[in-house]
Amino acid sequence: MAETHSLQDLQQPAVSSKVFVQRDYSSGTICKFQTKFPSELESRMDKQQFEETMQSLNNLYAEAEKLGGKSYLEGCLACLTAYTIFLCMETHYEKVLKKIAKYIKDQNEKIYAPRGLLLTDPIERGLRVVEITIFEDRSIGSGR
Amino acid sequence: MSAVMITRKVRKWEKLPGKNTFCCDGRVMMARQKGIFYLTLFLIIGTCSLFFVFECPYLAVHLSPAIPVFAVLLFLFVIAMLLRTSFSDPGVLPRALPEEANFIEMEIEAANGNVPSGQRPPPRIRNVQINNQIVKLKYCYTCKIFRPPRASHCSICDNCVDRFDHHCPWVGNCVGKRNYRYFYLFTLTLSLLTIYIFAFNIVHVVMRSVDHGFLNTLKETPGTYPLNMNTFLLVCFFTLWSMVGLTGFHTYLISLNQTTNEDIKGSWSGKNRGQNPYSHKNIIKNCCEVLCGPTYPSVTFFSLFLTSFSASFPQKTTAPLIPNEHTPDDVKPSIAAEKSSGPKDDQPPAAMLPPLASPETDAETSIAKNQ
Repeated sequence: MAETHSLQDLQQPAVSSKVFVQRDYSSGTICKFQTKFPSELESRMDKQQFEETMQSLNNLYAEAEKLGGKSYLEGCLACLTAYTIFLCMETHYEKVLKKIAKYIKDQNEKIYAPRGLLLTDPIERGLRVVEITIFEDRSIGSGR
Repeated sequence: MSAVMITRKVRKWEKLPGKNTFCCDGRVMMARQKGIFYLTLFLIIGTCSLFFVFECPYLAVHLSPAIPVFAVLLFLFVIAMLLRTSFSDPGVLPRALPEEANFIEMEIEAANGNVPSGQRPPPRIRNVQINNQIVKLKYCYTCKIFRPPRASHCSICDNCVDRFDHHCPWVGNCVGKRNYRYFYLFTLTLSLLTIYIFAFNIVHVVMRSVDHGFLNTLKETPGTYPLNMNTFLLVCFFTLWSMVGLTGFHTYLISLNQTTNEDIKGSWSGKNRGQNPYSHKNIIKNCCEVLCGPTYPSVTFFSLFLTSFSASFPQKTTAPLIPNEHTPDDVKPSIAAEKSSGPKDDQPPAAMLPPLASPETDAETSIAKNQ
């Protein structure tokens, strides 16, 4: 039996279009996404909600990439053990990535899915874009 | 009619574009040409073995046993750093999927407006302002993305690499954001190791000369040509100068928070000197950021191993998700174990997501053939 591990089943509504929110490089090379509300989403959700999501995401990424005592300590400790410590320990960045994944899942369940939208975790796109899939506007409960 | 199933294991990384080779279930990522990397390994291991075999016994007895012990530790650290540099993902940026590429194309066309036929369209460049400095982001025609600042396309590996430094044939990989610190530590510790070996060679020769006379010592050199002490002293000497030079150069780059690529292109030198927007204008802070900064994740690794954490769709149908070691524990119970019922005839045309991970990490492609 062939098992195709695909994210979108037969039961999914058709994809109408996709919007890509680009990176914001105004503060340098840190991971930060633009919070500008894309016009394609105007009919589906409000601006404030979207901006809140993007701002929270940006804050989470800023936490992951923060240069401070903790990251320096982690770096020095790792260096002393010739980086073998990462075989047993998760890096701070990876821990925050898990948090981000959970946050996106929550947001999708609570806010985006009811409006026929889907946020894709930026890590799946190389931290380059936040992909928002817009599904066709069908009434909820239809289809199987 | 009976269906004959031919199952062929397609390894996920075979589907990845770019000219990288993968080993160990996708955990090791290198460039295609590895010959010089093997040479580097051979030179380091060979020289150190000669040192341990011929010199250390004498030094341990006549001076201190701590000398070979420290040499061993330094040697192990050098090899660890070399392997870490060579085997890690340098920070490869994945190529744009078709929808993203189209989206960017449409944006470019909208920005360019109507170009009269016969005229070349303007070059694809985006300007961003970073710390009061205008930085041009170039469009990569191979990867179909606007390259982030400091990223560059490596023609040898055929990938865009973030914070691209250079492609190093000696380590058989690009040096970029993710493995620059390992590369720097490799050059630094290799310089130290070479200096250490060279110094103790001299000490050894001097001590023997005191006992037996200088010329006799040279004659008694253990081993036969070319694998004798004199040859490897020579190798040490030349390695020493090149490694110390390279380490010095990279120390200079780190203190200014520049990459080799930027230095060669002269992006922040000459009339642009002092305008590097990425520098913290403080040597200590620059060094800390480059060497002790956060360890960035490998997005290639994520595309090979990660399951999507995306939630269910409006109809509450759960997409088949397979938990693996990266799935957060609280998500695992909620992941439905339902598998898709059969091969899909009509894949949604827009479903061009990267292949998801199964616990075995290999995607199985089944080709059913009717007899």
